[in-house]
Amino acid sequence: MYDFTYAKPASLADAAKALGGDVEAKALAGGMTFIPVLKQRLNKPSTVIDLGALGLSGIKVEGNKLIIGAMTTHGTVAASTEVNKAIPALADLASNIGDRQVRYRGTIGGSLANNDPSACYPSAVLALGATIKTNERTISADDYFQGMFTTALNPGEIITEVHFSIPEKAAYAKFANPASRYAMVGVFVAKTTAGVRVAITGAGQNGVFRHAAFEAALAKSFTPDALNGIATPVDEMNADIHGSAAYRAHLVGVMAKRAVAAAQ
Amino acid sequence: MPQISLTVNGKPVSATVEARTLLVELLRDKLHLTGTHVGCDTSQCGACTVQVDGMSVKSCTMLAVQAEGASVLTIEGLVNADGSLHPMQAMFREHHALQCGYCTPGMVMSAIDLVETHPEGLSEEQIRHGLEGNLCRCTGYHNIVKAIAAAWPLMHNKALPVAAE
Repeated sequence: MYDFTYAKPASLADAAKALGGDVEAKALAGGMTFIPVLKQRLNKPSTVIDLGALGLSGIKVEGNKLIIGAMTTHGTVAASTEVNKAIPALADLASNIGDRQVRYRGTIGGSLANNDPSACYPSAVLALGATIKTNERTISADDYFQGMFTTALNPGEIITEVHFSIPEKAAYAKFANPASRYAMVGVFVAKTTAGVRVAITGAGQNGVFRHAAFEAALAKSFTPDALNGIATPVDEMNADIHGSAAYRAHLVGVMAKRAVAAAQ
Repeated sequence: MPQISLTVNGKPVSATVEARTLLVELLRDKLHLTGTHVGCDTSQCGACTVQVDGMSVKSCTMLAVQAEGASVLTIEGLVNADGSLHPMQAMFREHHALQCGYCTPGMVMSAIDLVETHPEGLSEEQIRHGLEGNLCRCTGYHNIVKAIAAAWPLMHNKALPVAAE
């Protein structure tokens, strides 16, 4: 790992100033992706700004909204009685990210800021139509995800909270890579009064995406059989040593059906 | 260079580290607590697992500076004052839960956290799911699972409600 300067600001304003004033400074949340990246010398930050002292963790329900602080760990989300009551699918998703050690430190804000194309959380945030609150503004999920490892965040902008509307039904189904536990394909389905949204992670060449054909079919009939015969475009799928594009396209349909079945 | 103060195995420790020093490097290279192992370079194997404020974490994926003020427990800190083994260590020995032993310190630290956080009981499936962050290349896991199931009643001082196997 290249050496860097370490800072742990005590206020959001100080953290934003430190990040905004230096293009080579990087924010550290749980570090479950960032520290391995540093170890591989794939990144050479001037300063690492630890967001651990900003008071950004916590879970609350306000009306029809579930609000999760950006530094809340996966383990905390998985075990939360509020989350299990409001959106059990989200607690289930968090309980299968990485492994126990990773879940103790990895955070929802870190996952969203990184926007790994195989990460679990982006699918939930996009399917549930969540809003991402930062130190500068509020961003809708549809505007937030802009491709693999790319988001709407400005340099120096820090996620503070994620606001989820509580759906009628939701479920997440993941086909995990057996070594890394990342999603080969992960499908989050959510049924709300506004309709059905389906978001897919792990499969697309351009990161998380909504599946319009699945959404239209499920809006008519929210059953696994409603997805029969609906193809997923192979040429938009990711291919790597773990699975071809055709394999992933097939898995998208299988996992979507499992998610719909689980959401009944 | 950053100065840090923390507690390691119940004793206060102060050290000067580089910002990039990993917690495992502090433990092994500066404090000479070499029971904590490094098995991979990719944060996957779990051989470096220690407890930080009671939570099992991979010490190769945490900066030493992030442990400022924390209480760290390593495999060396488990042994009782009279030299007797922690129940988890005793059950690993009893059930032959190790062959080469390289992954064992991480397995034991992870297993203790798993048992402590499940006072209601632990099924075999929960134990196997709970060990996803610890890789063993030689035992096939069966005896590790048995050892953890056997340690549960000893650590909770009662019979295990759901037999692991």
